[in-house]
Amino acid sequence: MSKFDFPPSILSRPVYGTLEPRNGAAHLMIADAEGAEAILDVATPDMMAKAHIIYIPKGTGFGDRLRALNPAQYYEGPSYPAAAQRIAKAFADAKMGLQVYLSGTEGVMGRAQHAAMQAGVPHTSIQTEHRGSTARRMQCVHCKGITEDVTVDPFQCAHCGLHLFVRDHYSRRLAAYQGVNIDAEDPGNVPESKGIYE
Amino acid sequence: MSGAEKIAVTVTDVVPLNDLVTRFEFKRTDGGLLPTFSGGAHTVVEMRDGDKRRMNPYSLMSDPMDQSAYTISVRRDDEGRGGSLFMHTGVKVGDQMTISNPVNLFGLDLRAKKQLFIAGGIGITPFLGQIKQMERLGGRWELHYTCRSEALGSYVDELTTQHPNEVHVYYDDQDQRIDLIALLDGQPIGTHVYVCGPKGMIDWVRKTATAEGWPRESIHYEEFLAPKPGKPFEVKLAISNEVIQVGEQESLLEAIERAGVDAPYLCRGGACGQCETRVIDYTGNFIHRDHWLDDDEHSNGEKIMPCVSRFEGKTLVLDR
Repeated sequence: MSKFDFPPSILSRPVYGTLEPRNGAAHLMIADAEGAEAILDVATPDMMAKAHIIYIPKGTGFGDRLRALNPAQYYEGPSYPAAAQRIAKAFADAKMGLQVYLSGTEGVMGRAQHAAMQAGVPHTSIQTEHRGSTARRMQCVHCKGITEDVTVDPFQCAHCGLHLFVRDHYSRRLAAYQGVNIDAEDPGNVPESKGIYE
Repeated sequence: MSGAEKIAVTVTDVVPLNDLVTRFEFKRTDGGLLPTFSGGAHTVVEMRDGDKRRMNPYSLMSDPMDQSAYTISVRRDDEGRGGSLFMHTGVKVGDQMTISNPVNLFGLDLRAKKQLFIAGGIGITPFLGQIKQMERLGGRWELHYTCRSEALGSYVDELTTQHPNEVHVYYDDQDQRIDLIALLDGQPIGTHVYVCGPKGMIDWVRKTATAEGWPRESIHYEEFLAPKPGKPFEVKLAISNEVIQVGEQESLLEAIERAGVDAPYLCRGGACGQCETRVIDYTGNFIHRDHWLDDDEHSNGEKIMPCVSRFEGKTLVLDR
């Protein structure tokens, strides 16, 4: 199942909606994995005539169906970093009237939102829809390293190795949640990891 | 005491610009420095006209970093309640007046990559401060300014001389119009549009930009409403236990203040929301004129903005 009901949380935690078609001079759609389903749901021929889809399949088989929508521009890449240059260029060249649609995992939506904000797009005007994995992009508050696709809590920082507690405290500037050392007071006393939403 | 902090000032210059607009300069009476402000800010000028006290908001048009003096431009409104007429005929160099600390309800979004200013008539004034701020910051901006005629084009010469590439002027009497769709089309991503002028112009810009897919967050506007005269009415103030009469030429807020009741306010032009007052009971009709309450609130009879809105009917009881 590609949709997930996130439990209610603090104000800092991003809330995702459902993509809706909007009027605009152009449509930029950035998605990964099951995020493709949200594009397939919202796409209309009119919209596709002015759409640029940037898609990161992550091993899913949606590419052909997205291409069949016949968007004005279509790009498929293996990872967000691989697509980052193209995304930056798409925003740099964009004009007012552009509508931004993001779908898929939190990590990809967060980074694309950050790229949009850098270009001057108000973050509240960006549409988002979560689909697929509930993995998070986490920043270690101690070493500042980012660990991608975190699904368990606590987890071990991929950079400094500290055991980190997964917080709902989110930064749009970093496009990451905050991870805080869980055994700072009592080194070695690390609870057993379980799924973030278990 | 409600409202922004007050400053005692002396009128140091009065310059008539054309048939309708006069510029006033204020300096602190105690010789000190005025606060800096941000482009788009206004000050509320207190006018003592015999036993009448009027308080009107005017956009500050001087350099926001200049602490030696503030300047405002006042357009004479012969149909209004007399505030602008008093400024034009009753205020002279050397007069002592009271103004408020600057308040900004029309500030620039400095995250913008470009600022697109659209002004109509006296709506130019907030942009004069904002342009000085943008020049200081080195930001990208562009002004499209419509005036009735060359004779009534306040600050056109100054603007076109100093900023020949950024300023575009349109004269109504020469049938020059802003081609708004063409202007909005192709603006770089991250542009914010600001409009100040007559209500029709504000509505036109907001509607057109929205239809072209501009996000709500990138569209800014400021329209100060002057309270309009209307039929006198009676109001009961429940907390103060006073029954007051609102005269034909005064606003509900001014009548509350005249009764000695301290009521909150900031802009006095229906925009900021500070004076929002709960209605306890009423029999009659509200004449809502503010931009603050939404359509539901305008129809449910639970709130009123006493700075610009009025009432016609038998009973009105306010939580004040």
